[in-house]
Amino acid sequence: MTLDFTVVLNNLAFLIVQGFFGFGGFVGGTLRLAIPAIVLGFVLGIFIGLARLARAPWIHVPATIYVEFFRGVPLVMVIFWIWFIIPQLLRLPIPEYGVALTAFVIFEAAYFGEIVRAGVQSVPRGQVEAATAVGLTPAQSMRLVILPQAIRNMVPALVTQMIVLFKDTSLASIIGYVDLTKAAQIVNNREIRPFELYLFIAVVYWVCTYSMSRFARRYEQKIAHG
Amino acid sequence: MNYQFKWSVLWSGQSGHWLLQGLVTTLELSALAWLLAVVLGITSGALRTVPLLPLRAAATFYVEFFRNVPLLVWMFFWYFGVPPLLPRPVQDWLFGHGLEFWAGMFALGVYHGARMSEVIRAGIQAIPRTQFEASVATGLTVFQAYRLVILPIALRLIVPPATNESLNLLKNSSVALTISVAELTFQTRQIETYTAKAIEALTAGTLIYLVLCVTIATIMSRVERHFAIPGMIARTSTPA
Repeated sequence: MTLDFTVVLNNLAFLIVQGFFGFGGFVGGTLRLAIPAIVLGFVLGIFIGLARLARAPWIHVPATIYVEFFRGVPLVMVIFWIWFIIPQLLRLPIPEYGVALTAFVIFEAAYFGEIVRAGVQSVPRGQVEAATAVGLTPAQSMRLVILPQAIRNMVPALVTQMIVLFKDTSLASIIGYVDLTKAAQIVNNREIRPFELYLFIAVVYWVCTYSMSRFARRYEQKIAHG
Repeated sequence: MNYQFKWSVLWSGQSGHWLLQGLVTTLELSALAWLLAVVLGITSGALRTVPLLPLRAAATFYVEFFRNVPLLVWMFFWYFGVPPLLPRPVQDWLFGHGLEFWAGMFALGVYHGARMSEVIRAGIQAIPRTQFEASVATGLTVFQAYRLVILPIALRLIVPPATNESLNLLKNSSVALTISVAELTFQTRQIETYTAKAIEALTAGTLIYLVLCVTIATIMSRVERHFAIPGMIARTSTPA
């Protein structure tokens, strides 16, 4: 069997425009899923991370269980849970996009939560005491003193988690969501050129994730030098 | 919600048997992939720190390319893409001996080898450089210095992140269901298909994963205490 990479060129528009960006006949797209999942997952993660640090047991115990549960099960399992449960609960069919987005936000929030917790704990205790001493309320010191410093410390770990989530979006193709991976599968069903097509999308994913990790490294160096 | 629970589907009929088979396949797949990942991880992790540019560059290429692409894409690549390019006898052997299992094992092992490599590299870099210099000064070759001094210390430092990564491998073995390896998630879906009892089937599968992860984490925290180097705290982080 000889390799023939023209199959990639012939289907480039479908792979990139439909599969990667999500414009075209299908509701799909890797980016259209990844960006909201990252934003919403991080927002939910902030609440979960802060809840784990709360003194009241009725707040930090459920948050801890949430984190430990989702970190102990595969994402594929969570996707199947949402896929079966939500239609049962709401008694209406949910499009693949909704299922995938819900699963990613719920799952990744557990990981984002741990990053937020570690970030807040990395702020020296004296900062909190100083904030209290100048008369800030606990909420104000969290918002104005702790979180701004914590987020700066979190950036490398956050970018790492964004890369993980970005790669994980490929799993949405399992339930039929037309992302880059599913687009390659669709093209492959017609062309039977698996080596060329899967290698090509591997490179597309790589370009995105590698540039994110370069950014993280450069940022780390920048804050290390003050 | 008008869902009728019927938990007995899990032990009547073939469900119990399927779950057990799925668990065994998940463990086999993960164990073999883990061995491959550890060998690749230690080799490439060590090579990334040696003072020889071509070796370092090759190891860097492997790590940066393989860990930054989704595992699912690798599954399809190794399962659909690579076998047609192999010599005929190899293809025949693979088709007769569960191609999907070997492709899944390879995808999982090569992907996690690249991630494990970062853990090991971080462990090596946490060791003061003077250790390496002292080993070479006493007359050890670079290879001996790594084998006898650097790696034994690094491996003891990285127990916590390596455990984390091994658990990720175990959980990620579920992705092999996409190339129809009959592992635990696959069998869970099979029970759901045959009994139409999604919640029961998913609960069983989820609990098995949770128990596996908690058990391994508990054992490894004992191992960690046993191998901890007094006075040295591992300052390594898990990579992407």
